[in-house]
Amino acid sequence: MAYEPPVTDYDEIVENCTCAFCGCNCDDLDYLVKDGHVVGVRHACRLGASKIMEDMDQRLMVPMIRDETGELQEVDWDTALDKAAELIAGAIRPIFYGWSETSIETMKHGIRLGELVGAVLDNQATICHGPSLQAVQNAGYPIATLGEVKNRADMIVYTGSNPMNSHPRHLGRYSTFPRGWFRQRGRFDRTLITMDPKYSDTAKMSDIWIGFEQNGDYGFYNAIRAALKGKKIDQDYVSGIPKEDIMELAEAMKNVQFGALYFGLGLTHTLSKQRNIDMAIEMLTDLNEYTKWVLTPMRGHFNVNGFNIFMAFEMGFPYGVDFCRGYQRYMNGETNTIDLLTRKECDVFMVIAADPGAHYPGGAVKHLAEIPVIQVDIHWGPSTEIADVVLPGSFVGVEAAGTSYRMDGVPIYMKKAIDKPETCRDDEWIMRELLERVQKIKDQEAAVASK
Amino acid sequence: MEYILKNGIVYDPANNIAGEKKDVMFKDGKIVENVSSDAKVLDVTDKIVMPAGVDPHAHVAGPKLVVGRLYRPEDSRKGVTHKTDVCRSESGFSIPSCPATGYRYSRMGYTTVTEAAMPPLEAKHTHEEITAIPNLDITPLPLFGNNWFVMQYAKEDKIEELAAFISAWLKLTKGYGIKIVNPCGTEAWGWGMNVHGIDDPAPHWDVTGREVLRALAQANEMLGLPHSIHVHPNDLGHPGNFPTTVNTLDCVKDIEKNSSVRDQTIHLTHAQFHSYAGTSWRDVESGADKVADYINKNKHVTCDIGQITLDETTTMTADGPMEFDLHQLNGLKWANKDIELETGSGIVPFIYSGKAPVSSFQWAVGLELFLLIKDPWQLCLTTDHPHAGPFIRYPRIISWLMSAERRQEMMDNLEVRVWSYKRTGLGTLDREYDFNEIATITRASAARIYGYQDRGELTPGYNADIAVYDLNPNDIDPSKEPAAIEKAFGNAMYTIKNGEILVKDGEVVKVVPSHTLWTDVKGFEEQENAVMEKIMPTFRRFYTVKFENYKVHDHFAPNPIVTEVQAGK
Ligand code: SF4
Ligand SMILES: [Zn+2]
Ligand SMILES: [Zn+2]
Repeated sequence: MAYEPPVTDYDEIVENCTCAFCGCNCDDLDYLVKDGHVVGVRHACRLGASKIMEDMDQRLMVPMIRDETGELQEVDWDTALDKAAELIAGAIRPIFYGWSETSIETMKHGIRLGELVGAVLDNQATICHGPSLQAVQNAGYPIATLGEVKNRADMIVYTGSNPMNSHPRHLGRYSTFPRGWFRQRGRFDRTLITMDPKYSDTAKMSDIWIGFEQNGDYGFYNAIRAALKGKKIDQDYVSGIPKEDIMELAEAMKNVQFGALYFGLGLTHTLSKQRNIDMAIEMLTDLNEYTKWVLTPMRGHFNVNGFNIFMAFEMGFPYGVDFCRGYQRYMNGETNTIDLLTRKECDVFMVIAADPGAHYPGGAVKHLAEIPVIQVDIHWGPSTEIADVVLPGSFVGVEAAGTSYRMDGVPIYMKKAIDKPETCRDDEWIMRELLERVQKIKDQEAAVASK
Repeated sequence: MEYILKNGIVYDPANNIAGEKKDVMFKDGKIVENVSSDAKVLDVTDKIVMPAGVDPHAHVAGPKLVVGRLYRPEDSRKGVTHKTDVCRSESGFSIPSCPATGYRYSRMGYTTVTEAAMPPLEAKHTHEEITAIPNLDITPLPLFGNNWFVMQYAKEDKIEELAAFISAWLKLTKGYGIKIVNPCGTEAWGWGMNVHGIDDPAPHWDVTGREVLRALAQANEMLGLPHSIHVHPNDLGHPGNFPTTVNTLDCVKDIEKNSSVRDQTIHLTHAQFHSYAGTSWRDVESGADKVADYINKNKHVTCDIGQITLDETTTMTADGPMEFDLHQLNGLKWANKDIELETGSGIVPFIYSGKAPVSSFQWAVGLELFLLIKDPWQLCLTTDHPHAGPFIRYPRIISWLMSAERRQEMMDNLEVRVWSYKRTGLGTLDREYDFNEIATITRASAARIYGYQDRGELTPGYNADIAVYDLNPNDIDPSKEPAAIEKAFGNAMYTIKNGEILVKDGEVVKVVPSHTLWTDVKGFEEQENAVMEKIMPTFRRFYTVKFENYKVHDHFAPNPIVTEVQAGK
């Protein structure tokens, strides 16, 4: 990166802001504000800083509706909200997807809207850490907050994850480098291990890199489990790793005081999917017979965990929750966004702060192009290209306050630092308006029906 | 709005009313002595009228619950119901969703529940769930027994600083009182270890459970909090643990009470899990008589039972090491959640089955305690929901307490195994609770134990929180009709909260927002400021959130009921 001189020209500093990017939810950022804009960010990594300071070119500024010629046209808020409400109220199988980059406060209205019209509420877990949650449901969920790791851990393992690129401050702020209560020398008091077929940036700075074969995750963790249980490993190599190394590693993991394992999508998206995580969780549970080990999935968006937590306490299930029958259902492969889209069941799609187009399989995207799409977001993106109604929101953690849950479940109230553009609205407000407007349509329908 | 509940048979233990036929009147949400002739009449002739239920210990809101719901969809699927015009859809059996929690308590005639384990760092989460639970006022107790600051103060015997810390943290987290779980043991679990007994120090900290308990009890009384320390002792569920329990209760006996609104200086929770004799599960025997005997002789103690309900449930406590032991015992999936500088917790599904000797034994120990503790004001009915069973089983427990015949039948026809009477004294106990004692252990005693001044009794000026059950006490023999008792207490004829009818004939007819009960200590501000200044450097270095982002902002508790206390008064 080229050298950038520090920003000196600003009016005020807003301290202890929370980064609305990855699941680290770093809450120690200082925003340098000038003329109502964030002109500098202190403490953030480059990913966080670039998101927060984003240039306004990409910003959705006004509500829009697609006209008969297929062009998005600027309209006033009332018109846009009424149009969206009309689509939602008339839908038979609506999906409200996204949520991982907005606040819990927004979700509170969203879920009521979903219950009212019988929608499916789903978030990015459906395409990223869904397998992790399935594994958790199979095998258990031994987690700890990041500060437990910072204060106690003498061994850190990253597997299927390259935090140096995806969660740049994870090592620096939480797991590896900071001085903890029982780890006063920080990095020097810890062993850092990366288990990944790729020699990633994280692997480069690790004490040990274990580059098992592609799709070798399952076999590799299984072998460690065997070694932990004192079983003989028959093959000389498992997943490309010599059995002596596996035995040695198992021994080392047994003999730490506190170990922490973080896993990423690398583990969830290879051959055995959630079965890899099953195995990793079982391995970790086994290790607890000898010493203390905890794990945590490396959640990507700053509130992807928040949506899962919110849905669980409101409705008992974490994602892919289907209200079409007047009560909640959760069936992987049945009530998830991708399934509903590829089966062409969905007839209205609302996407809240997410880009489905970028990550969905082709069939799902194709169906999306054929049905009305409502977008609530702050940026122009692939969703905008297919959106029929665009509702420009505001930036949580910068322009709007709101609650989020960090990857380890710690709730953080993200404060507001600057005002949003005058023409935009808070996500929370948009969702409440939609709820009220749809409710009104439903009440009218009921009144007509009863006549 | 004025109401008159006419011709009911009233049980109001706080006012020494035990089954009198009389009217109960309320106006604008409060109990009153008189109403005008315009008052709306609710005819409850010969029906049981009680203050609404008060639950002193359950786990209904917060991070543990959500871990349970996230990783046990099989439990959520069990309780799914269709939405109605009034209610949202429900889910869950042992770990109901927030809306289901509110509706189900409402249907049983309850209006107040304690959330017994709030980790301060994640207190916002607990409060978010409290707000999502309708129809209940909820009292969260923050966890302090393994907090690093607390352990340090206890070790150095700095009681005033500890009191200031507690006072500050109750404000920061919007908590009501002091919860202690396996003092020093949960910290040991940070290293995968545990402590045994109250004199086994936490690794590295060199402080014992006894020291932590005493220090927190002294701080509690220095501040004069409305509730006493609330203790889940060490050695939960271990055969031979009753001496630890008795020692725990005894170690604060000399500490003087400094509150007029309660009688105790220590509340023992889920006493059932802490009343075992013997040395192992092979030779385990009940220690209920020993624990009950101590409680009978010592008025500084109150307790709740944590009755086993014989269901498949989701065990969860801040006792991390105990939960891992449980997982090793039953092999079911283990969840754990440790919280930096503060506490930990564990979760394991568990099947308490009458077909299993150990479950049968535990079931009997709980009932023994109910029957051996003489003063119902020292005792509350709980299941440590969901740890020993879901709260929706309270009516069934009431039916067991009121019928020696039913208990005997269960033992005779092997609904529970022989350990229920061979290893305990249950078979020899024929005490049967009457309705007044039931009213005491399900509402009045809990309200007194928490020092509530606005609920738990039908006193003029108190909240009109009232339950009516469809039973004529002069016309039923509870000893012979346990099923009718269970049905009536599970389906209130009326649940009235703040003068509003929330349940009628067992159906929720109205939904209102919950309130959050917390304690605001006044007059200790200087000491608080001094302590905060002192601990700030430690906070900044070892927590992973900024202090500014740590506190529970006001909007997380939109309907607070704040108890103000003057420190030291
Ligand atoms: S690590 Fe993640 S949360 Fe922290 S500053 Fe970087 S992008 Fe933001
Ligand atoms: Zn407990
Ligand atoms: Zn408990």
